[in-house]
Amino acid sequence: MRSLISLQGLSIKTSSDGRSLTSDVNISLIEGEALGIVGESGSGKTLTALSILGLLPRGVEVASGEISFNGENLLSIDPERLREIRGKEISMVYQDPMTALNPVMTVGNQLLEVLDCHNHDVKDPESHVKQSLIEVGIPDPDRALKSYPHEFSGGMRQRVVIAMSLLLSPKLLIADEPTTALDVTIQRQILSLVSKQRSRRQMSMLWITHDLGVVANLVDRVAVMYAGRIVEVGTTKQIFNSPQHPYTQGLLASLPVASSHRKNRLASIPGVPPKPWLVGQSCSFADRCQFAQKSCRERLPLLDTRGTKSVACFYPIASSI
Amino acid sequence: MKRERTWINYYLQSTSGIVGAVLVLIMITLSLISAFSLAPHDPLEQNPMDALQGPSGTYWFGTDQFGRDIFSRSIDGMRRSLSVALLSVGLATLFGVTLGVVGGYLGRWIDNIVVRASDVIFAFPAILLALAIVNSLGNSWIDTSIAIAIVYTPIFIRVARGPVLSVKEMDYIKSARVLGYSSPRILGRHILPNVFAPVVVQVALSLSWAILTESGLSFLGLGTQPPDASLGLMVSEAQALAAFAWWSLAFPSIFITIVVIGLNLVGDGLRDALDPARRSTS
Repeated sequence: MRSLISLQGLSIKTSSDGRSLTSDVNISLIEGEALGIVGESGSGKTLTALSILGLLPRGVEVASGEISFNGENLLSIDPERLREIRGKEISMVYQDPMTALNPVMTVGNQLLEVLDCHNHDVKDPESHVKQSLIEVGIPDPDRALKSYPHEFSGGMRQRVVIAMSLLLSPKLLIADEPTTALDVTIQRQILSLVSKQRSRRQMSMLWITHDLGVVANLVDRVAVMYAGRIVEVGTTKQIFNSPQHPYTQGLLASLPVASSHRKNRLASIPGVPPKPWLVGQSCSFADRCQFAQKSCRERLPLLDTRGTKSVACFYPIASSI
Repeated sequence: MKRERTWINYYLQSTSGIVGAVLVLIMITLSLISAFSLAPHDPLEQNPMDALQGPSGTYWFGTDQFGRDIFSRSIDGMRRSLSVALLSVGLATLFGVTLGVVGGYLGRWIDNIVVRASDVIFAFPAILLALAIVNSLGNSWIDTSIAIAIVYTPIFIRVARGPVLSVKEMDYIKSARVLGYSSPRILGRHILPNVFAPVVVQVALSLSWAILTESGLSFLGLGTQPPDASLGLMVSEAQALAAFAWWSLAFPSIFITIVVIGLNLVGDGLRDALDPARRSTS
């Protein structure tokens, strides 16, 4: 099946001194598929997402690789066309709903602005916008349209942000930890809302998070990033049931379990992740890995990009439990 | 369904804002009376026979040492002060906001130049710098306005640049880019409105400072020249007379005070009315 978006061998570096921030990232998504990218802060997951939209921060650039979306190469595309794609075909939701809406503009105007900007041909923009608020579960949409963002709670704002990003029915939604700033119950609601909208619209989704628990029931596949590389990728079931990379296993082991005994301390992975540009030709996880051998420090384990399940490890943990 | 409320509705809820607006409107009306030569007397007409008379039915605010009507001179001075204030603050706002927004949004070397240049101007005490500029430009009211505009431009640069710097890093500007908005649209529709409120407040406050600066310059002998009337000049001339003709000093001073207080109250009222987050508490 043809992929909607594919990133091939994507490497991102700082422009000034060429420090490598992500290396050789391969991701591909078919239409309607949801992929979770899981990793710690600094693992390069957000940069990977931003590179898709051509919105890498100043001083950071794509050094090599390819990003193609619907057959178009996003790295060499005309800027005007890229601007058209943003919002209309690829949309993004940010982490902090408190700053994601313009405080001096009413919610209604901000939603209409999206339509206006893309010269969207809707017969009745007002009711289209209202409908979008109803879809994300905002009570009293008439009042909401006339309200300013500060009149909403964080969860409600995130709903508005989601309504905004879904307004033009994008084919791909990139979500950069949109539930991190919310409390757990609201988090649940937002996750189920997104799930529902995704299946209704047959939309693809790239969900970036540091929390494996969040993606468990949300995405079809999971890619685990570590120090700028994808170390393991597989279906959600495979990743959760039989993690093969010691890092993935470590992450899973550090998830709190409700039934566990109080006296059992939460498992943790010793040490801190290395700077991606200091890793060189060795396994980036070797220093923290209990299974590491000599060869782990001499060669770079590579991901097999052919199958659905792949792990970048010389000594993967046996998959059958 | 509640009627949609504009910032004017919110402004009118504040008593001090209304008082300020009324004071300013009175002063503007008086200036207009003077501008259309409707004052009870010619502000320049000397009547030696009536010199230094106290307030009366003929001379409401009394007369000065040349027998000129202080009320007519006061409103004429108010007209001149307000003209200078409007022109100078208008220029300062135009240049300051443009430079501040462009510098803040584009950053890099453009921003550097803008900030360094305004630092240089900031380094001088305002009144000294204005004195120096008036000295080199001349004494007309336009020269005075330009001098005051130069002194106040850096303030507007800072007032406009600050919000631009913080706002452009906000997620809603990032998401504006993600949603495919063009740079002019982001700047005009999403960043500028965030700058609007502080700038409007700054305009109101700067008008009162500009009036004080103009008065100060005239008081020091620059700016408005005799026999023309200016509030500052009148205070300066009345100094020697204050001991036995209190009205010659009191009324121009009261006019300055009223307009400055009025503009300050208007500034405060606007600040509260223009910020959506402050409104909900009122």
